[in-house]
Amino acid sequence: MALLEVENLQTHFRTPSGINRAVDGVSFHVNEGETLAIVGESGCGKSVTSMSLMRLIPEPPGRIAGAIRFAGKDLLKLSDREMRAIRGNDISMIFQEPMTSLNPVLTVGRQIRETLMIHQGLDQQAAEAHAIEMLTLVGIPEPKRRVREYPHQLSGGMRQRVMIAIALACNPKLLIADEPTTALDVTIQAQILKLMLDLKSRVGAAIILITHDLGVVAEIAERVMVMYAGRKVEEAPVAELFRSPRHPYTQGLLGAVPRLGSSLTGAARRLAEIPGQVPDLRKPITGCVFAGRCALATDLCRQYAPGLEEKAPRHIAACHYSAKGAIAA
Amino acid sequence: MLPYILRRIVSTLPVMAIVALFVFSLLYIAPGDPAVVIAGDQASPEDVERIRQSLGLDRPFLIQFGSWVWRILHGDLGTSIFTNLPVSTMIGQRLGPTLSLMCVTLLLTIAVAVPLGVVAAWKAGSFIDRAIMAFAVFGFSLPVFVVGYVLAYVFALELEWLPVQGYTPLTEGFWPWLQNLILPAIALGCVYIALVARITRATMLEVLQQDYIRTARAKGMGQGGILFIHALKNAAVPIVTVIGIGIALLIGGAVVTESVFAIPGLGRLTIDAILRRDYPVIQGIVLLFSFVYVLVNLMIDVTYTLVDPRIRY
Repeated sequence: MALLEVENLQTHFRTPSGINRAVDGVSFHVNEGETLAIVGESGCGKSVTSMSLMRLIPEPPGRIAGAIRFAGKDLLKLSDREMRAIRGNDISMIFQEPMTSLNPVLTVGRQIRETLMIHQGLDQQAAEAHAIEMLTLVGIPEPKRRVREYPHQLSGGMRQRVMIAIALACNPKLLIADEPTTALDVTIQAQILKLMLDLKSRVGAAIILITHDLGVVAEIAERVMVMYAGRKVEEAPVAELFRSPRHPYTQGLLGAVPRLGSSLTGAARRLAEIPGQVPDLRKPITGCVFAGRCALATDLCRQYAPGLEEKAPRHIAACHYSAKGAIAA
Repeated sequence: MLPYILRRIVSTLPVMAIVALFVFSLLYIAPGDPAVVIAGDQASPEDVERIRQSLGLDRPFLIQFGSWVWRILHGDLGTSIFTNLPVSTMIGQRLGPTLSLMCVTLLLTIAVAVPLGVVAAWKAGSFIDRAIMAFAVFGFSLPVFVVGYVLAYVFALELEWLPVQGYTPLTEGFWPWLQNLILPAIALGCVYIALVARITRATMLEVLQQDYIRTARAKGMGQGGILFIHALKNAAVPIVTVIGIGIALLIGGAVVTESVFAIPGLGRLTIDAILRRDYPVIQGIVLLFSFVYVLVNLMIDVTYTLVDPRIRY
């Protein structure tokens, strides 16, 4: 049974130069305990999607439409108060910027305690004890001392661990991680990913991982959804997607990943790039959203938007040509 | 922390020295000869000369300055030319009302301006925001004496809710003391409230855009907790700074306010002393106000460390 079902999510922003359709009709689901990765380049709407799930989009200028069913309840129909009871408790979030996501004038302990006191009704002492436990859990040494420290006294990796501690303090059913490792050193990235996986198996939370790092996706996700220009263009189990990507955009993304050692073996390979730019989301798009940058695009693509079709079992993509094997990698 | 405070106190000495030099020079910059004024219309040139000698006005400038500073360091601010009372005694008698007025105004300002600024920032662009900011512009533009007379007319003369004028010491009860200070504090506080509300709004607007506010929301915090704990504490440094700078406004405004509401405080003493060219009294008051201002700024610097853990001296 799906823990989260998103149906035709549309998050639009009113701007002086027109309506920006940052997310335009995206549907997906996440099963209990599953890890779904949402990938795409900057501006494809993946972060806006995750913020919409938590209803953290400021309205106005934003507007969220569609349905977001979490454990059967449509989050978009809840009152602000009901939504607050879900945030940080049933669904929590880790952000990209550990350096700025923690409040600089409150102690780390207080920031972990707050979520426990809001949702679990713990008193100050119980919350403090639990905060220390959480810090231990996320691998912060000397938690009793650290709990009284301020964010500026911690390194970036430590701060992201604190963010994870806050996010997991109430044992959420769904954890949304928005580029959790992008701002960190490569060595720290691996540690943080491992930590997330460990904790996931311990708490049994489902994860939505927002990232543009396909290496990370391969390592921890079970299913992948590829977004482009505010829409879903492909979705498949991770191994399937890496083995046979069906959408030209996904193929482009995979081609743009540098591989170590290719030049040593003599098989030197130029890093493939996707030419062109993401279309302006303030203008209506006719045809396939990717047509402007696609090497295979034909008049058909420019006139009629391809629907999402099942190209292989559990593998869907929105491309007129992928089924014909014309672009099989 | 303590070494820092001590260092700061020592560093105020040059400031105070310059203030002292300036205050002392007043006597020479100002037109008119104090000896002539004191002696009065009927005095002969000999009388004037005698008074000049008795005041030491015939001695060289630096000698006069030196002995003046020396006396001040020993707690002697001189003697009033007009009343023949020690200046420190006169200031002491008038300190209570002025301190009361300033404290009540300060508390009123913080209690009103900060919430107004926070709400304006929270509801930025809305009708409430516009109304608050319009009020702030209005409050900032009105002179203290206009507000003072209007308040006195409406609330004291017409509605008879509060006394028109005067002052009752705190020793005679809290309410009698406070009711005499409410209207003066509102009159004096208008500009101050406007200033602090504007800064609070501007700083809060910036803080509310920060990532950690989004984090607080993602935790399920309520609006009140986000505004007054997560955001306000981050906005505190500029707000505290402006509150401190505003003390200068209060000192200047107190002189006018005390005249409007007939409060026997330092402001009235200042005006009386200026009108009588009572130089020792003028010097004593200016010196005291400067000292208070320097002290308040030191306190503000120390306050920074309480609101922002990243600031350490």
